Amino acid sequence: MGIIDILIHQGKQYIPDLSKPVLPEIYRGLPHLSTKACGEGCNACVDICPTDAIVHTQGISLDLGKCVFCGECQSECPEQKIKFTNDYKIATNDRKRLVIAEGMTEGVKLDPDKVRAEIKQFFGGSLKLRQVSAGGDNADENELNACSNVNFDMGRYGIDWVASPRHADGMVISGPITEHMAEPVQICYDAIPFPKIIILAGTNAISGGIFEGTKSLNRSFLDKYPIDLYVPGYPPHPLTFINGVLAMIRK
Amino acid sequence: MNYLLTKNNTTVDLNAIPVISYDDFSTDVSLLVQDENRHCVTYYGWKHLEVLKFICAIADDATAAIYLFSYELNVHEKHHLASLTHHIFAFHIFEREIHENFGIYFTDHPWLKPVRYAYDRADQNNTIANYPFFKITGNEIHEVGVGPIHAGVIEPGHFRFMCNGENVLHLEIQLGFQHKGTENLFLTKSKMSQRHLLAESIAGDTVVGHAYTFARNMEQLYGIKENLKLELIRSIALELERIAVHVGNLSALCTDVAYQLGSAVFGALRTPIINYFQWWCGNRFSRTLIRTGYNPYPLTPALCDRLVGVLDDFEKKYIEMSEEMFHLPSVLARLERSGIITQEQMHLVGAVGVPARATGIKRDIRTSHPFAYYKHVKYEPVTQIAGDTLSHAVIRDHEIKKSITLIRTFLSLLDTMPISEPQQKINYQTLALKPNQFSIALTESWRGEICHTAVTNAAGELEHYKIKDPSMHNWLALALAVRNNEISDFPICNKTFDLSYCGHDL
Repeated sequence: MGIIDILIHQGKQYIPDLSKPVLPEIYRGLPHLSTKACGEGCNACVDICPTDAIVHTQGISLDLGKCVFCGECQSECPEQKIKFTNDYKIATNDRKRLVIAEGMTEGVKLDPDKVRAEIKQFFGGSLKLRQVSAGGDNADENELNACSNVNFDMGRYGIDWVASPRHADGMVISGPITEHMAEPVQICYDAIPFPKIIILAGTNAISGGIFEGTKSLNRSFLDKYPIDLYVPGYPPHPLTFINGVLAMIRK
Repeated sequence: MNYLLTKNNTTVDLNAIPVISYDDFSTDVSLLVQDENRHCVTYYGWKHLEVLKFICAIADDATAAIYLFSYELNVHEKHHLASLTHHIFAFHIFEREIHENFGIYFTDHPWLKPVRYAYDRADQNNTIANYPFFKITGNEIHEVGVGPIHAGVIEPGHFRFMCNGENVLHLEIQLGFQHKGTENLFLTKSKMSQRHLLAESIAGDTVVGHAYTFARNMEQLYGIKENLKLELIRSIALELERIAVHVGNLSALCTDVAYQLGSAVFGALRTPIINYFQWWCGNRFSRTLIRTGYNPYPLTPALCDRLVGVLDDFEKKYIEMSEEMFHLPSVLARLERSGIITQEQMHLVGAVGVPARATGIKRDIRTSHPFAYYKHVKYEPVTQIAGDTLSHAVIRDHEIKKSITLIRTFLSLLDTMPISEPQQKINYQTLALKPNQFSIALTESWRGEICHTAVTNAAGELEHYKIKDPSMHNWLALALAVRNNEISDFPICNKTFDLSYCGHDL
């Protein structure tokens, strides 16, 4: 009876519609930056930001590709201009769209015109991905693994992790790409058949994060190829990843 | 013997640590660690003023004392020193690191092979591509190489098995692929927001373990007084992280023995625990939860009630699943007598954490060098004696249950504690680190003993920050565990050890 009891007690674990869950208010996803004027000479958000994600010129802007979602700026701002919302749909294929400006209320979306035609043509019902950790801190990898667990179950959409790049339609890179992983990343990419999708998962992969500019990184791989999807987060939430990938492959 | 006696969670005047000759250091340390209760928790060097300065910390598990030794070498000279590893094997990894960083040659060290190919290593001609692999030759011998990119969604490292048929004679583990220069960044990134982020990024699966260790070091150096309520709350986080990872580990172990029910159910049970962190601080991996000197996320009565509910539900479902798994002959048959390590071997390599306890070594910092709130808890370490993969799993099972009990105790104490913890955000620019200090903090994370040490200079700036993840000790133990096992048992051996690549490579 033990096993039957376990199954009954577990019930249904999967989230029926992955575009619907509401995360707790305290979750830090898409930030809203109000148009309220900054205090005279105030630069508090820029000063506290650990990864130089905030630029203050006329107003302020926040780059989700650099942001580690620590919320330090939110608690530091005397004018309460910055408010992280629980909107987790923040993946995009356009790097510029990750830069959030003051007054933007619309969420981050993909630019449909920039999705390569072959991606929609071939991968709408099945997408096999090779994950490569290149300096990932194992939080990224844990969240990517969680995408295929019983709760998030991205396999239902035909999206799966595969062991060999030969079986993969694309690669998902986590981590800032260390010098020592630069060559393995290239070898893996070369082994993937065309059209070779590249997804950058997490802040460290997108910008280098706190490690940006150190001598132990080699990010030259990223200069050579177009990036098909940027998935921000520290680490990227499974809901951010799956919704982003679905927006990319679905017609 | 000339040393400075201290204990966990202290700062001492750097100049109060007697500087002795290398010969004296070598003799004294060798004598001291003859006692199996004592082991080296950290040993490293850095450029200090005009010399290379070395510090070695030996922890005595019987008395909670930490012995600090120091010696200095001329920066400009080439050094050939008699190896400690020759006498005490557990020093092998520390001497290899010192050799790699500074080019110091330890004579009669069995093999000064590279550790991580740090970008500022002494010999830039040594590259990860020309790693000197161990070779075994013979007609029946073949090699199996895997990685750095593995089949699963995990961190990179290279494993090379030397096999006789399906039998593993030896496994060589090559690491370094994850090296990001983390330690040096603690110095070059001077904002505390950056240093907290770095501490939370040493190993993303051990955010509480490392961030808590960092925060205590900083509090000691800033002279911030310990607040028991704050420590109690952090201890809840530390035990929650232990539960989440241990149950996730049991899920992965079930996957590797093809036990689908256990894989799915333990995997599902991890979710409410990490989702609780998301309710508490907005991040499933508890990033931003721990900050030096204050608690940014108060445990409100509503959050406490939620935790009670999460644990009650978890416990019920966990116990019925673990009862099933630990009585299932097909699972037990795979785990029993696989990957056996002996207590003698584990003492030899200086192992820590669950793998050490799996051979009967009672090494748990919560008991032997209690920190913060654990000083007020009589925690009895969980041990097994067989040293096989089942022993690791049984320990995790017991530790999950013990952590639930601990958290319940901590929650009940929270209510009755007459003090409150500081919740006001601290402007660290108004504080100053004590100058010329050496600070040490040890934590028993889910993976084992974490040790962070910090040194400040005369101007009160951070001069050096050293991280020791438990993986530093344990990777070699994994290599020993798979000897004379079938190569197909490697995944379960690897999973039971569950070591960190980034925590090692830094």
